[in-house]
Amino acid sequence: MPGLTLNNISMRFDLPNGSHVQALQDVSLHLAKGELLSVLGPSGCGKTTLLNIVAGFLAPTSGEITLNGHAVRGPDAERGMVFQEGALFEWMNVRDNVSFGPRMAGRRKSDYLPEVDRLLEIVGLKDFRDKAIYELSGGMQQRVALARCLANDPDVILMDEPLGALDALTREKMQALVLKLWKETGKTVMLITHSVEEALLLGERLIVMAPRPGRIHKEYRLPFAELGAGMDLREVKKHPDFGTTREEILSMIWNMEEEIMGHMEPAS
Amino acid sequence: MIFLLWGAFTGSRLVPLHVPGPFAGETSFTYQSESEGGQLSDGRVRIAVGPDGALPAGAETSEDVAVAVQSGRNKLIQLPDDARAVSVNGTGIAPGGAVPVEDGTVSMTAKGTLSFAAERGLQMEPIWLPSPEAVVGRFIEVMANGYQNHSLWEHIGASLLRVLAGFSLGALVGIPLGYAMGLSGWFRGWFDPIVEFMRPVPPLALIPLVIIWFGIWETGKVVLLFLAALWVMAIAARAGVSGVRISKIHAAYSLGASKWQILRHVIVPNSLPEIFTGARVAMGVCWGTVVAAELVAAQMGAGMMIIAAAKFQLTDIVMMGIILIGLIGFGIDMLMRQAESRLVPWKGRG
Repeated sequence: MPGLTLNNISMRFDLPNGSHVQALQDVSLHLAKGELLSVLGPSGCGKTTLLNIVAGFLAPTSGEITLNGHAVRGPDAERGMVFQEGALFEWMNVRDNVSFGPRMAGRRKSDYLPEVDRLLEIVGLKDFRDKAIYELSGGMQQRVALARCLANDPDVILMDEPLGALDALTREKMQALVLKLWKETGKTVMLITHSVEEALLLGERLIVMAPRPGRIHKEYRLPFAELGAGMDLREVKKHPDFGTTREEILSMIWNMEEEIMGHMEPAS
Repeated sequence: MIFLLWGAFTGSRLVPLHVPGPFAGETSFTYQSESEGGQLSDGRVRIAVGPDGALPAGAETSEDVAVAVQSGRNKLIQLPDDARAVSVNGTGIAPGGAVPVEDGTVSMTAKGTLSFAAERGLQMEPIWLPSPEAVVGRFIEVMANGYQNHSLWEHIGASLLRVLAGFSLGALVGIPLGYAMGLSGWFRGWFDPIVEFMRPVPPLALIPLVIIWFGIWETGKVVLLFLAALWVMAIAARAGVSGVRISKIHAAYSLGASKWQILRHVIVPNSLPEIFTGARVAMGVCWGTVVAAELVAAQMGAGMMIIAAAKFQLTDIVMMGIILIGLIGFGIDMLMRQAESRLVPWKGRG
């Protein structure tokens, strides 16, 4: 079956004191090729753990992940990842960062350079390609991270709060860029975010996760990503369904957080 | 500031203000003496104080005693007719006592002889603290003629060469050891206790052992400096490895890099800033240690130069050596900083 499939993924962390934390419980999910899924949830619901398992950095306690029919074991270039910050290589300039994947694969310069330069142009960093990473702003650094991931031509792109560290204005611009790249490249994307608005804007599908144990609480199919590819994101936010869905999800997450706090307080 | 103080306390011509210097010139005091027969008589002592100690002119009457005193020294005063002084400037004096007079102090020895010491002032004598110009003069002289059979450059070059050899060996062994400790639990388990135990041991404490094992000559010194640099470099390299952000490693993995590629392209460059910091520390430690090692036994070297000069109380050479050692140490650090900002410009901006 093409696409990314998660089959009953469970993850249990054993603590040194003998107890354990059930981070994920029977999470099953299928992402068709070219789908964009955003994952929302209160802190501690296991969404980052889930992403790390899909990326191959963690092995699940039980369950299986397959990509285009073959089982996923360990990290691989077929599943690219974009981190929140600090994952670029400061000792390389912009172009060397973007060409890292092809270079490690041993491809020839003449082979990958045109593609690298094309990607730099798409993300708007053509004139910055010889700059050092620390000379760029936070937004520009995330553009480099996106281009670096795309230069490797992965089947799936995993994003772990890629815009979380940016200011509001830059964030809006970057959301539009993510949508544009998704549309142009047709990649399968799994995006983790804290921002309900971002999840709504970017997610073709959206899952809300619940904590203790981490599991899928509710799933939505949304029209906004499709709309946003053709119009200004501010216009999309004015869509009547946008506001109601946002309120619904916000109160859902709010209730989960309340419940966690209730658990923590001593019974009276 | 330190220079001004130094100049002020040594009477330097380069500094406008001085603390009072030793008295020089002529002075006198009166005394009353008692002869063996119990007869009292008044008298006067004229004193000339100066570096050459010439007698004052005009010692005419029999009561006048003329004395010349060298600056900074005491002088016993023989009164005429072996009389015994009972008072000085009208103040009674007894054996062991002292009376302050103009420009100095008159004291009486246990046997009853008067002794005069001129005012010393607050300035230091050159054998304790030479003036800046004396040190500069000595620097020029040593630069031209060398010291203890070797030119100044040979002395400094010998020290620098030892530091360079010891530091290079220390880095050559320490950095791979640090990497191994940072990457492998097995290495960490075996070497962490050794490194953590050896690190706080001052290199100077190893001198006796190193001498016993390797002798007092070059091998011993280089081994000592090697040990001084080794632990610092190992810890720096290890910190550089374990300080790498996990997201960088993850990013490299998901871009398809192999373990070796990650070591070569991510972990090693990421550790360079830490290694440079360690190198600067190690260089400082080595430079301090080489000077101390040369105090023990050496024919050439900046440390040997000052210890040899100290034995002859050539304070100006000692001071010159200390200043040179400080300047060179500072120069080394400046060079390292330059290299650092050129080679790891991303330091602190990750």
